[in-house]
Amino acid sequence: MTSRATLAQIRFGTGLRPGRPLPDADALIDRLTGPDHVARRYPLEDFETRAVAAQTYLSELRAARGADDGPECRAAARRIMRDAKSRQLAISLARGVASDDGLRERLTWFWADHFTTVGQRAVMRGAITAYVEDAIRPHVAGRFGDMLEAAILHPVMILYLDQERSIGPNSRNGLANGRGLNENLARELLELHTLGVNSGYTQRDVRQMAELLTGIGLARGREMVFRPGNAEPGPEEILGETYGGADPASLDEVRAALQDLARRPETARHLCTKLVDYFLSDGPDAGVVEAMTAAYLQSGGDLAAVMRVMLAHDAAWHPGPGRVKRPFHYVVSGLRALGVVPDRIARARQREINQWAQLPMVAMGQRWQGAGGPDGFFDDDPEWIHPQALAARVGWAMAVPSRMRRRLPDPREFATACLGDHAGDTLQWAAARAETRAEGVGIILASPDFMRS
Amino acid sequence: MAALTRREMLLRSAVLGCSAAASPLFTPVALASVPGDNRLVVIILRGAMDGLDVIQPYGDPALAPARPGFEIGPETGALDLDGFFALHPGLQDLWPLWQAGELGFAHAVSTPYRNARSHFDGQDLLEAGTQAGTEGRAHDDGWLNRFLQTRPGTTRETALAVGREDALILRGAAPSVSWSPASRLSLSPATSDLLGLIYRDDPLFQAAFADARFYSDLLYGDVAAAADAEGMMAAMTRGAARAGSTSAIADFAAERLRADARIASFSLGGWDTHRGQVGSIRRALGHLSTAILRLRAGLGPDWARTTVLAMTEFGRTLRENGSGGTDHGTGAALVMAGGALNGGRVFGDWPGLEEAALFDRRDLMPTRDVRAYAAWAMAGLFGTGRSTLEDQIFPGLDMGADPGLLR
Repeated sequence: MTSRATLAQIRFGTGLRPGRPLPDADALIDRLTGPDHVARRYPLEDFETRAVAAQTYLSELRAARGADDGPECRAAARRIMRDAKSRQLAISLARGVASDDGLRERLTWFWADHFTTVGQRAVMRGAITAYVEDAIRPHVAGRFGDMLEAAILHPVMILYLDQERSIGPNSRNGLANGRGLNENLARELLELHTLGVNSGYTQRDVRQMAELLTGIGLARGREMVFRPGNAEPGPEEILGETYGGADPASLDEVRAALQDLARRPETARHLCTKLVDYFLSDGPDAGVVEAMTAAYLQSGGDLAAVMRVMLAHDAAWHPGPGRVKRPFHYVVSGLRALGVVPDRIARARQREINQWAQLPMVAMGQRWQGAGGPDGFFDDDPEWIHPQALAARVGWAMAVPSRMRRRLPDPREFATACLGDHAGDTLQWAAARAETRAEGVGIILASPDFMRS
Repeated sequence: MAALTRREMLLRSAVLGCSAAASPLFTPVALASVPGDNRLVVIILRGAMDGLDVIQPYGDPALAPARPGFEIGPETGALDLDGFFALHPGLQDLWPLWQAGELGFAHAVSTPYRNARSHFDGQDLLEAGTQAGTEGRAHDDGWLNRFLQTRPGTTRETALAVGREDALILRGAAPSVSWSPASRLSLSPATSDLLGLIYRDDPLFQAAFADARFYSDLLYGDVAAAADAEGMMAAMTRGAARAGSTSAIADFAAERLRADARIASFSLGGWDTHRGQVGSIRRALGHLSTAILRLRAGLGPDWARTTVLAMTEFGRTLRENGSGGTDHGTGAALVMAGGALNGGRVFGDWPGLEEAALFDRRDLMPTRDVRAYAAWAMAGLFGTGRSTLEDQIFPGLDMGADPGLLR
């Protein structure tokens, strides 16, 4: 029988870390709503810094064109950019390995996936981590409406879902240049970010939302700006509410619509179902979703209140089996279990990171910041545990530990250190029978006990 | 093979007592008959391919005015197919196949999915092969798996999903394996057995591990030759680095289809062309073209017995949007290839593109269920009966008249 303290770390944190005391399960929310210590210890660059770096990178590439030392300059610029991205991955891993506030990391991963952005167009290059740092992370224990505004109106999201190209066809600039709408952001905003698919909105709502979003664009390639001259004139009706219609059009109308969307019961249910799905089970207990949805609506979308209700519910502490960890989570919890020093991870070179994190995660099915589309990564366990992905996880479990630690622990002690009272009898039995320490440690890290949360 | 079976036997008999005989691991692989010689490859084009741009109905007067920024018809380099449709130049490397009758298309097709235009539900419905109204639900199995369920003698080698992702289209009760080129399980026999043991009580892990062992053995011989940590690491990173390319995936599918596989499926992305479609669709078409050409080259003489169906979740808007792209639509196109195909034709009833003829006044109107083409292909390749196709494999489908897809 697994204790609550152990489960709290495994299911809602980033896993057990040998030698660290197990905090009380009740401490999860206190830490989450307290200061973000690990972000201070391992800081990341903000978006403005990264956007300028991306623009500098692109202008270096342009300047190198035709120059005598062009190829060397281009290679140098690419190396600098590659190193920056690799450092971001290293720091993101190090935070998860170091943190005593693992719920904040887990929620940051969850919401970054909910508001997925992918690609390297213009200032997105090397800046996705900064988008998450600026728009997502500060709000994981705050109000969803604020996160929604921050994410939807962020230059990275605007670029990813083509909003800067969407012009009201009857706006001043639309009429002058024959430009028109692009529905991409409007559709995903309703389908993925708020209400959820099949929740009752129509193609007309999508179209009206697209019209309302016109005017949002980018200044200097990296700052969100609202241009009334691009905004479709006249009011828009979305889910029966009227927005827009002011002359000149204003961003306040968009903000009002986003806040209204955040307060909708469809949104509450969609988000709470996803959270339960992520932390607890793919066949969620209806009671816990109901309770969280009620807390969401009552608190005006306070995400800490929602998590507090989840953690207070019996369904949160079911003995298992829990959800399969996603590859990033798996790698973080593995490094944590092995007692790898977080500073070593944060300082690792690009080649190393590639070998023990980046490429193995690709083989496990999760290219870092490389989801297939705006819906992010999969929800179902079978999508993570299929033969080729399991082979990659087993390969990681067998090969990486002996690389990260000069002397591997005794497998029997390791099982207790990284799983506590959660290590099953069969696993203890098998670990003790491994031929080598590396294989014993590998078997533990490759076990369902460790791969599930 | 023998080594695997023996080890399984030892492990199972030692640990599980006599339940071994009921285990799916004991499917007598070597004795299973191969279900015929014909091959079917299904490529899922994720992101909604714009059929109106790939197989351009340039003879329809409503097309060009709706897409002022696009290159349309033979005048801009598309290849004239029949005086009405023209092939996007991004597929020009497939022209010899068209001339040989090994390439064909069906236009104005769709799944039963309507109105909501979500990629994710649309793709699920395409792979599940079910009726309208089942979107958004959890699907137990995909239509290729339900086809396999009707084939006696299907083994784990018969059907293969290639790539890094699990494929709904092949998920289900019938055996099939999902594998990625260069994936490999490299374990000592003892470790492999211990892992088999700890996965025993978790069906998800148990099944995936059994398949991983099976395919590693099939491709690389007995797993006994376990590499050291450095070697494993190198293999893992090498594999991850190159296994995702279209050529690697198509080559691997072809290699397995030349051996015992008869069904293969993989997906190609990059079709969600909301912006700058003139450039972006060329990249996606390049991958499709490469996939078909590599399959043809890799299959050699078996290409003559092969049909390739490249299907997408839905089409795109008739009208170009504000950023040189198109938004989510309805009616789509199906790309077919293969030596078994009676191609060189564009199949389907053309609904016209005038506004009144459009779906929802914005999208190409579907005139036939894309599942009907897949069903007729399976009937022709594998002799599957009509009632099986309409009731079990594609529930609720009316196959309609035989379009005569195959030679």
